[in-house]
Amino acid sequence: MSNRTSAAISASATLAIILAIYIAGALLPESALRANFSQKGLPPSFEHLFGTDFLGRDMFVRTCKGLSLSLSIGAVASAISAFIALAVGLAAALGSEFVDYAINWFIDVFMSVPHTVLIILISIALSRGAFGMMAGVAVTHWVSLARVIRGEVMQIRSQQYIAASRRFGKSSLWIARHHMLPHLMPQFFVGLILLFPHAILHESGLTFLGFGLPPEQPAVGVILSEAMKYISAGAIWLAVFPGLSLVVLVLLIDTLGHSARRLLAPREAQL
Amino acid sequence: MGITKAIAIYALRGVTLLLAVSILSFTLANLSPINPETRYRLSHPGASDENVSRMREYWGIDEPPVERYLGWLSGILRGDWGTSTSYRQPVLSVIGVRFQASLALMMTAWTFSGLLGYGVGCLMGVFRNRMVDRIARRVCLFMCSVPTFWIGLVFLAVFAAALGWFPFGLAVPPGIPPEQVTVAQRIHHLILPALTLSFLSFANLSLHTREKLIDVYDSDFVLFARARGESDIEILFRHGIRNSVIPALTMQFGSFAELFGGSVFAETIFSYPGLGAAVSAAGSGASDMPLFLGIVLFSACFIFVGNLIANILTHVIDPRTREGAKA
Repeated sequence: MSNRTSAAISASATLAIILAIYIAGALLPESALRANFSQKGLPPSFEHLFGTDFLGRDMFVRTCKGLSLSLSIGAVASAISAFIALAVGLAAALGSEFVDYAINWFIDVFMSVPHTVLIILISIALSRGAFGMMAGVAVTHWVSLARVIRGEVMQIRSQQYIAASRRFGKSSLWIARHHMLPHLMPQFFVGLILLFPHAILHESGLTFLGFGLPPEQPAVGVILSEAMKYISAGAIWLAVFPGLSLVVLVLLIDTLGHSARRLLAPREAQL
Repeated sequence: MGITKAIAIYALRGVTLLLAVSILSFTLANLSPINPETRYRLSHPGASDENVSRMREYWGIDEPPVERYLGWLSGILRGDWGTSTSYRQPVLSVIGVRFQASLALMMTAWTFSGLLGYGVGCLMGVFRNRMVDRIARRVCLFMCSVPTFWIGLVFLAVFAAALGWFPFGLAVPPGIPPEQVTVAQRIHHLILPALTLSFLSFANLSLHTREKLIDVYDSDFVLFARARGESDIEILFRHGIRNSVIPALTMQFGSFAELFGGSVFAETIFSYPGLGAAVSAAGSGASDMPLFLGIVLFSACFIFVGNLIANILTHVIDPRTREGAKA
């Protein structure tokens, strides 16, 4: 089997599993989340795969719904982040030296405060809650991808066909649109997928600390912060399985990203 | 470039960076709808207009933001970082007390993750592409995706709840006056949070070190060493470590930002009374903005120092960069 085939198989398999998780979470009935005190605090069994919490809610359903929610939030946040990265990376590489310098300096400023603290600050500025958290995650994650794109554009910029295009009187914007963007697309999509895990982990982390999604949402961060209270009572399953599912989801997306890189940008994948 | 000029440029960069951080954080805090007035009205329903206007005057709400910022900044330069609204103490002294606890935690975790990460990295490099390396690499890639707060919860569940080896949280046993707490008790309380925090970066460091070592093993001078009859282990000690320890150290000192970010989670989970727990507490509920902004600035300084040490170390340890500086 060629490298390309195996990459394609791995990419479609992981994508199918991720989609299945998303759809399962979206389709599972809300009624499964209702409190049922006759079944509270049950350890994992075949009936309740992840056990039940202290309101009798099925943890498997809650986790699925949480992962599905994480996926949608992660998608929006990493898409915004990736577009910022594309714009900034292009501007840094194509603009004047001053623009490049200014952007690099701005990135330094962003990197000089811990991400977690910066996202908390942005979340507070937007009165906490889902929107603030999403904005926080979106505006803090573009840095690494912006650097990659800037480097890539710097490389393309010295090519002869760019010089020829300039001689024909094309503007910087035209060159960016017609010569640079097609080159950058593979990198951009791979970068977007690889931003996903970071966005999801930061989202659940912030929610865990109480700055993200409100407690009535079935988010993984909410589940884990509730679980913290019951660990001393021995209800270990409340923390272990939802967190493990989150890790598995993140690993799946990571695999998808790396397979996509092997498919779309084989040159970079070998480095 | 002379060394004095390099230092001057670096210092200038540090100052502008901190200024930018202060402007950024102050602006964001100002945007927040959770300001002193709404908070005051919430906590004192039916407050008289007179009290509200006195409160507005105390916090300077009617002044233009730029003036307020300049007032705050000049206070910081004079060593008056404002008063924490939740502790009723000067921000700087709260930070001082909390930072001592955090520093013990972060440095323990940092040292441990550095040694473990470098050790595992060397192991993977020596056994490259063999069984040990493949398993260790899988584990490291898995560890990279594990969120700090979940690993903390798992440690809490396994080592504190199920096995009962370690206490559930805090830095000292409850109900004992501070002067009677022994060092052993402090260490006992430190282990789980430190372990949690060190899981943050050791996998990255291992993978990084592995790459560096593989580059070394592929090089011509190692080929020559092999021709002289040196074994993989000898090559590691004679060539591998020398070529990989500086990037590893640079990476560890450059990871202060993640370390601080991770401590927010580790300290919150274990109710450890450090800066990370303080910043999360200051941001939630009634939001203690003076303390929050103080910690933001302080963390920026902390990270700057980490990067500074990384740069200096590279220059001091690596003779090649010194040669380059002279030329």
